[in-house]
Amino acid sequence: MSSDLYREQIIDLYENPLNFGELDPCDFSYEEDNPLCGDVVRLDVRLDSNRRIADVRWRGEGCAISQASASLLTEEIKGMTLEEVKAFSKERLLELIGVPLSMARVKCALLSLKVLKAGAYGIPSPGEMRGEDD
Amino acid sequence: MFDVMTVRADFPILERETRPGVPLVYLDSAASSQKPYQVIEAMDDYYRRYHSNVHRGIHELSEAATFAYEGARVRVARFINAPESDQVIYVRNATEGINLVAYSWGRSNIGAGDEILLTEMEHHANLVPWQILAEEKGATIRYLPFNENGTLDLAALPALLTERTKVFSFTAMSNVFGTVTPLRTLIDAAHSAGAIAVVDAAQCVAHLPVDVQELNCDFLVFSGHKMCGPTGIGILYGRRSLLEAMPPFLGGGDMIRRVTLEGSSWNDLPWKFEAGTPSIADAIGLGVAVDYLTGLGMEAVHEHEQFIVNYALEALSEVEGVRLLGPPATQRGGVAAFTLSGIHPHDIAQILDEEGIAIRAGHHCAMPLHQKLQIPASARASFYMYTTIEEVDKLVEGLARTKRIFRT
Repeated sequence: MSSDLYREQIIDLYENPLNFGELDPCDFSYEEDNPLCGDVVRLDVRLDSNRRIADVRWRGEGCAISQASASLLTEEIKGMTLEEVKAFSKERLLELIGVPLSMARVKCALLSLKVLKAGAYGIPSPGEMRGEDD
Repeated sequence: MFDVMTVRADFPILERETRPGVPLVYLDSAASSQKPYQVIEAMDDYYRRYHSNVHRGIHELSEAATFAYEGARVRVARFINAPESDQVIYVRNATEGINLVAYSWGRSNIGAGDEILLTEMEHHANLVPWQILAEEKGATIRYLPFNENGTLDLAALPALLTERTKVFSFTAMSNVFGTVTPLRTLIDAAHSAGAIAVVDAAQCVAHLPVDVQELNCDFLVFSGHKMCGPTGIGILYGRRSLLEAMPPFLGGGDMIRRVTLEGSSWNDLPWKFEAGTPSIADAIGLGVAVDYLTGLGMEAVHEHEQFIVNYALEALSEVEGVRLLGPPATQRGGVAAFTLSGIHPHDIAQILDEEGIAIRAGHHCAMPLHQKLQIPASARASFYMYTTIEEVDKLVEGLARTKRIFRT
C-alpha cells in the first residue's frame, strides 16, 4: 500500500492544510488555475512595515500535490522580504515537497509558486510606489 | 470466433511491464489505441523496402508507394461504405478534418446572422474551429444541451434547428460519457431544417460499424490512431457535391492541376485537399488497421466492449464514493468516466500508474461538459477489443488502494 508520491506528509497536508483561508485586508492577492488539471490556488499576502511577509493565507482546490505544495510554500515564506520571495526557486519548492514528481505533476506542484510570484511582481518596488512620499 | 487472448497476442505493447513485475494495464484507448503488429510491420516494410514520394515518380519505388497509399484509401472507403474512394480525404486527424470543413466549406457558406448548431458535449476539436469561423463571419453558435445522464436532450432540438441553421455538427460517441448519439435522427433533423450534418466520429468509427451512405451524413471525420492505426493520419469523408464545390484548404504541390505565375487550377478529388507530401506510411498503416478491424468484425469488437463496459460500470458502481458519468452500458461505447469523492482525478491516475494502470485524468478536451457538471475534472477508463475483465478488476483494486492511501 505504500506509495512513492503520496507519503504521509502529502496526505496529511491535503487533509489538514496549513495557512488555509483568507486575509482581509491584505497587500496583495492573486489567483491562478491550471485549466488542464482543474487545480486552482489563491493567495492573500499581508506585508509588515519592512515589506516582509507578515502573514499569508491560501485557498483553492485540486490534486493533493498542488494543495500540499501551497501549504508548504506559505509556511516557508513567512518573514521573507518581497525580494526573497521573487528569488524563491522552483527547486527549493520541489525539495520541500520532497517526493519525485513526473513532468506532468511538476506543474501541479509549482502552481502555488507561480501564483505567489505573479502576486509579488504585481507589487511595485518601494522606489516605484507612487504617492508614497506625498 | 472472437477471443480476447488471441487478439492481445497481436499487440506487442501489451506484453510490456511498466516497471519490473508490473504489467501494463492499458485503459486509455479512447485517447489513443494500441497497434497490432500487422500495422507496425506494414509501416516498417514501407520504410525499409519502398519508401519514396507518391504521385510523382516514374520509378519502381514511387509506383509501389502510390499503389499502397491509394490502396489504403480504397480500404478505408469500403470500411465506412463511401460511394467512391475519392470522397475519402486524407487529413492528419479528426481535428484537421473538422477544421478543413469549417475553413473551406464554412468560409464559403456561412455569413453574418447564420447559425451553427453544436452540442454541449463536444470535444474541443468540434467546438473551437466553429468558434473561430463564427467569430470571423459574425455567425452565432447554438448548443444542444445534454441530460443529466449524458444523453442529448432531443426535445430541445426542434427549437434550435431553424432556417438560420446552416450546419449541425455533433459527436457520434462522446469521449467522456461514451454516449452513442442517435445519428440518423440528428442527421435527418439537420436536413429537414436545410442544414448540413457533420459527424465527429473520432470515437465511433473505432468501435461501431459505420455506413456513411446509410447515415446520409454530409461530412464525417475520424482519426487513425484511435482505431489501431498510426498517429498523423485521419479521414474526412464528404458528400461529392459539397467537396467539389469547396475551395482548397491548403495550397501547394499535389493539389493543383496547373500552376502559372498568374494563378492555378485545382486537382480532382481527393487530391484537391491533399497539398504537399502526405503521411504515406501512416496512410498505409491505416489501411492495414482497417483490414485488421474488418478481420475481427466490428460487430464482434462492439460486442466485446459491451461486455467489458457492462462489467466495469457494475464493478465501479460498487466502489463507495464513485460517481459514474454518462448513460447505461446499452447506450454507450467502451468508456467509463467517473469521479471519486474527496480525491482529485490526477491523484487517482497517479496512484493507479504505480500499479501499471493507465487511465486518463482531466477534462479530456471537453471543458464545457465538465463545467456543466460542475466538476473540475474526471477520471476516465476506456476499453477496446483487447481489454480483459481482469484488467477491470485491477482498476477496481487500484481504486480501493487509492482510497486507503487517502484514508477515505
